[in-house]
Amino acid sequence: MDLNTLWFVLIAVLFIGYFVLDGFDLGVGILLPFLGKDDKERRMIINAIGPHWDGNEVWLITAGGAMFAAFPLWYATLFSGFYLAFFLLLIGLIFRGIGLEFRSKDENPVWRRFWDWAICVGSFIPALLWGVALANFVRGVPINAMKYYVGNFGDLLNPYALLGGLVSLLGFTLHGALFLALKTGEPILSRACQTARRLWWPTAVVLLAFTIATYVFTDIYQRLGVNPGPVPIGAVLSLMAAGWFIHQKHEGWGFTMTTLTIILSASTIFLTLYPRVLVSSLDPNFSLTIYNSASGINTLRTMTIVALILVPFVLVYQGWSYWVFRRRITGRQEELHY
Amino acid sequence: MDAQALLLSQWQFAVTSVYHFFFVPLTLGLSVIVALMETFYVRTGNDLYLRMTKFWGKLFVINFAMGVVTGIVQEFQFGMNWSEYARYVGDVFGAPLAIEALLAFFIESTFLGVWIFGWDRLSKGMHALAMWLVALASNLSAFWILVANSFMQAPVGYAEQGGRLVMQDFGALLTNRYVWGQFPHTVFSGFSTAAFFVLGISAYHLLRKRHEEIFKRSFQIASVFGVLSIFMVILIGHTQAQRMVEFQPMKIASAEALLRSENPASFSLLSIVDQATMREVISIRIPRVLSLLAYNRLEGEVKGVLDLQNEYQARFGPGNYVPDITVTYWSFRLMVGSGFLMFFLAAYALFRVMRREITQPLFKFLNVYPLAIALPYLANISGWLLTEMGRQPWVVYGKLRTADAISPNLTGGMVLSTLIGFTLVYGALMAADIYLLAKYAKAGPEPAQASRPLEEQAYWE
Ligand code: HDD
Ligand code: HEM
Ligand code: HEM
Repeated sequence: MDLNTLWFVLIAVLFIGYFVLDGFDLGVGILLPFLGKDDKERRMIINAIGPHWDGNEVWLITAGGAMFAAFPLWYATLFSGFYLAFFLLLIGLIFRGIGLEFRSKDENPVWRRFWDWAICVGSFIPALLWGVALANFVRGVPINAMKYYVGNFGDLLNPYALLGGLVSLLGFTLHGALFLALKTGEPILSRACQTARRLWWPTAVVLLAFTIATYVFTDIYQRLGVNPGPVPIGAVLSLMAAGWFIHQKHEGWGFTMTTLTIILSASTIFLTLYPRVLVSSLDPNFSLTIYNSASGINTLRTMTIVALILVPFVLVYQGWSYWVFRRRITGRQEELHY
Repeated sequence: MDAQALLLSQWQFAVTSVYHFFFVPLTLGLSVIVALMETFYVRTGNDLYLRMTKFWGKLFVINFAMGVVTGIVQEFQFGMNWSEYARYVGDVFGAPLAIEALLAFFIESTFLGVWIFGWDRLSKGMHALAMWLVALASNLSAFWILVANSFMQAPVGYAEQGGRLVMQDFGALLTNRYVWGQFPHTVFSGFSTAAFFVLGISAYHLLRKRHEEIFKRSFQIASVFGVLSIFMVILIGHTQAQRMVEFQPMKIASAEALLRSENPASFSLLSIVDQATMREVISIRIPRVLSLLAYNRLEGEVKGVLDLQNEYQARFGPGNYVPDITVTYWSFRLMVGSGFLMFFLAAYALFRVMRREITQPLFKFLNVYPLAIALPYLANISGWLLTEMGRQPWVVYGKLRTADAISPNLTGGMVLSTLIGFTLVYGALMAADIYLLAKYAKAGPEPAQASRPLEEQAYWE
């Protein structure tokens, strides 16, 4: 494997880690006003993700940084091309983060209601936009011979991409409901289980529809054939298994399965892309690839050494922090820090 | 390219980064102070230190959240608004940014979560260690972002290939002499910001005779911390000015409103320059002092703006190479002025502490300290204005002009909408943030309470 491929894989891993981890934070944020009926219940929900959301968001920051370092042209074209989409994403993440931190720091019910909805909407926007963005990656966007994006915001909002947005929105919400089922006590616990049961059907339907649409709108057929291989099939199967476990009341396994669904469907996207990073809808030759958008060998080498040393530590201490906060939030005063 | 998009993007960058840096310095310093207080608690077992830790820790956390959400905007903006910049230097510039996230942000965010939620989950020592890790990681993050910024000020370790800069020598980025001025200067600025924050809020409560023990102790700690750090800030600032003469002579000439080269060079007391005609309207200068500043001798040439302009035109082609003299001149003075004022205030506070005269009787001028919280903020912002505006028209000094760095697909309308969006959101958040900080700062510490162990119930139970 050459270094360009290694970095493509690393960046994919960082994005997938972000989707799995912040995916449930976003889902929990979306569900907050609906599952928490009174102030104490809402605090239980917020405290379930309290210790983790910032650490999870750093996966995205690192993915962005790694993209900048390893494939600066990808970073440049993507972020400037998807300008308004990223602006909306940032506004969402700002309200979500500040909401979590500020919400319970004042007693005023108006203040708290405002931030509850800020958390909800601030989670909704990213959950939707990530699907839109990934779908556009594989569908292709107008990129010219100079490797500049020449479309506008409207071009990103095509039906296929919006369907992708629906997949990530529902998928993350389902994932979040299952997380709450694991991390909270009653009454949130049974509401979260019920929500997961209700959300599973529509999620499965849109994922199937999106899979079919992918055959119609992208070049996946030429690249992977009728039988796309174990990864995409596994994505669909794991979501089916999640449904089964949810109905058997095995939320732990259900959560494991939605985790797998997120990993495998995002991997499908990256596999379809490889070795391209941004597909041009104007001419296949204009696409950005891991070779024509990469940094020089010195940067890739240095960054490889740094990443190989640091990533294991990150995994260990983040894992440890999940272990420290493994108990359920049952709503006693001492455990409500947010 | 759209001229309006350029101007608006510059404004957007200025607004968002000054805003980000409004929160950063306090994080750098207060994390260390809180970690110190918690360490005293672990060492002595005295509940007084526990209450102090919790009180200052709460203010720390409120401030930290704002730093986090505004930081993400910074990272994305290089691609969104400055994509030509990202293409041109990404090879070199991206690396420190990625390392910052991997090495610092992960530690910082994970262990702050552990610290906030872990009071009754961890041993006392582990809990204090979590805050030390937050403090260490915050200051590490400053190092890496300043490695990146120093590359923009004084590019090193690169080669130019195919119209892009390519990294040749990663070590050179780390040993860049520029960063070894910027990094300690910024870190100690952060420490002194936190010291003045603690001094000011403590003085506020002492004047009202509330929680005297806690705030007396806080005042003591902050006065020692403050004197040491502001002394370092000034010392390093002086060497930075010398380095500037060497690396970016135009910046120091502009900050000193020195139009023509002089040897020995004079230091400006008050200058007003009409930049359109490049004539001095008012100029009061002390002879030789600028040479002293620049070389630690009473002579030596410091080049003037007009001579440098001619020199640069010969080197880089026709164009205007003079930054905004009014901005650089006054921001330099504001920073240095605040710095010396801070030194006297911190030293006076320490003097009173050593004579055991904080509360009985209250010492004179104690009521100045709450207002003095503004000084480090003024100095921080003007410091960055000098650093960044003084580098214009370059974004990477001598290599890439700001005007050539902007994303080609942006229109004025797009940038205007995001600029308005960010400004409104940031404005509202600033109001909420100041409201909360003031509320908790005035409320004072909570009474001591023993933490009770919780019963365990894990996911699988
Ligand atoms: C507190 C503020 C602050 C901080 C922490 C930074 N800068 Fe800066 N930067 C500015 C404050 C500023 C500024 C004063 O806002 C400028 C100068 C003129 C302007 O409009 O924005 C600017 C300009 C500026 C521009 C182009 C826009 C322009 O020149 O107008 C870029 C791409 C950067 N800077 C990049 C950086 C990078 C990579 C930094 C850190 C590594 C950095 N700045 C730290
Ligand atoms: C303009 C370039 C900058 C970029 C791209 C940037 C990026 C970021 C990002 C993405 C975060 C959020 C991390 C998290 O979620 O925990 C952050 C926070 C932080 N940044 Fe920046 N930053 C910039 C400038 C600076 C500078 C110059 C310093 C220090 C000297 C600094 C110090 C910090 C610190 C200490 C934090 C921790 C949170 C806080 O501020 O309270 N940053 N930055
Ligand atoms: C009193 C004496 C001081 C001197 C002589 C001094 C000198 C300098 C110089 C020359 C620069 C520009 C470096 C460059 O552009 O390359 C600078 C930048 C800066 N200063 Fe100061 N400074 C002083 C006090 C302060 C104080 C009190 C603070 C804040 C508490 C502060 C905060 C900053 C910051 C944040 C920067 C931008 C980062 C950097 O370039 O290092 N300075 N200072």
